[in-house]
Amino acid sequence: MSSTNEHVVELDGVTKTFPRGNVTALENIDLQLRPGEFVSLIGPSGCGKSTLLRVIGDLIQPSAGTVLVNGKPAAKARADRDYGIVFQDAVLFEWRTVAKNVGLPLELLGWDRARRKARVQEMLELVELGSFGDHYPWQLSGGMQQRASIARALAFEPALLLMDEPFGALDEMTRERLNLELLSIWQRLRSTVVFVTHSISEAVFLSTRVVVMSPRPGRIAGVVDVDLPPQRTVETREEPRFFELVTEVRELLRKRGEHLLPEEEELLQ
Amino acid sequence: MTARIGSRLAEWAPAVAVLVLVLALWQGAIAAFDIQQFLLPKPTAIASSFWNDRHTLWPAGWYTVKEALGGFAIGSGLGMLVATVVGRFRTVGTALMPIAIAANAVPIIAFAPIFNAWFDPLSPSSKMAIAAVLCFLPVMVNTLRGLQSASPRQIELMRSYACSDFEIWRRVRVPTALPYVFTALKVASVLAMIGAIVGEYFGGSFGALGVLINSDANIFNFTRAWAGILVASLLGLAMYGGVVLAERLVVRAAPRQPLS
Repeated sequence: MSSTNEHVVELDGVTKTFPRGNVTALENIDLQLRPGEFVSLIGPSGCGKSTLLRVIGDLIQPSAGTVLVNGKPAAKARADRDYGIVFQDAVLFEWRTVAKNVGLPLELLGWDRARRKARVQEMLELVELGSFGDHYPWQLSGGMQQRASIARALAFEPALLLMDEPFGALDEMTRERLNLELLSIWQRLRSTVVFVTHSISEAVFLSTRVVVMSPRPGRIAGVVDVDLPPQRTVETREEPRFFELVTEVRELLRKRGEHLLPEEEELLQ
Repeated sequence: MTARIGSRLAEWAPAVAVLVLVLALWQGAIAAFDIQQFLLPKPTAIASSFWNDRHTLWPAGWYTVKEALGGFAIGSGLGMLVATVVGRFRTVGTALMPIAIAANAVPIIAFAPIFNAWFDPLSPSSKMAIAAVLCFLPVMVNTLRGLQSASPRQIELMRSYACSDFEIWRRVRVPTALPYVFTALKVASVLAMIGAIVGEYFGGSFGALGVLINSDANIFNFTRAWAGILVASLLGLAMYGGVVLAERLVVRAAPRQPLS
């Protein structure tokens, strides 16, 4: 086993079974994340990718195996607020203004008002919502809400960012723009990202590594190292190497195809 | 500012016009069809009784409103308290909910004579008890529903920040529940007034509005009975308005969402 303090996330033999229906959501997962990596988890529904993300965040306890975050047990890491999380929907509190939503983790950390205000403004500008602090969530579009929730996750500068299909509910155009924004934020902050997605092209475009998972039971089917240049642009999606990598991920997903349901097959088209 | 007042007036104008029209038709119909005073008094007659008997009607109204307010406070307070305690234990909540909903369908007002027997019929406490029981269930059921309808994602987010159950309750469950609670309080404010007045129909102090309306109706003094009903309506509206005002103050942070 490698030294723990080199890894932001270290999963060792993680298994999760849900007693109801005796479902094995995850089976014997080993995975290490180095600092500054952008790792996507991809796979059909039911492959346990969201469960794995929650296991890392200590929101679900594994049935077996160990989970270390920043070299500590996951529960300790959660108590220390070592990570920020973004869900598929923005999960903003509708009775709080955008600024107050972004400032929520800082409030919980006991930051004073002035310090909070300065950081919130900085974060809102980072996600290009600088003039929307006083708005309420329902006054923003879906894409803007999701940017606010990313600002909230980054507000206390966690070393680790967990994202559960953050752009899954957005239209294609908004999604591609937010992909670019996320990359530029990630390159500036140099945090480690675990990114759950359904989209093969999104995974390849964003990641330094793509972890392909297969369902029933949830396993790692393969890992694809993305050797695209670190500076990615709109043109990256048109490069031959991009298509090769997309094909590689698709092949890995297909290898387990005999286990797929029809609607999961559709995903691979 | 004047523009805002102007637009407010424009908003209310149709309602006022309808009210004036109804009153005019009422007045006209009584003259046209020669309707007997005891069947339906003229609006003008009610209005003059409303003014001339103001020294009898308003103290009686105040007496009754105090009963209603007391019952409202006790019933709603207990309702929120029980919901808070029950809400801590999900299984108790799911066990209790069907019973509470079934109990809500019981015409509790039918118990009014029994409450008069249990408590002193001449004291305000028997009317407060009826009002309190009427208020309790809707407030309890709605508060419980509100406390349990917090979004699981929001709770998961708070857990990712290592928040305690109390912190989650304070920052997620209570704010989520508030609109539910105020909806119930509005219903309860109306129920409290109904409870107090109907309770008084079955006997009570001579200074009470329900007793006054009931005895006036018995001695064919229908005009003053109608004036008493008008007082009761205005006081009921005032209580309802008080809850609306409190809601604006407490839930001011969340602006009214566009109606869908």
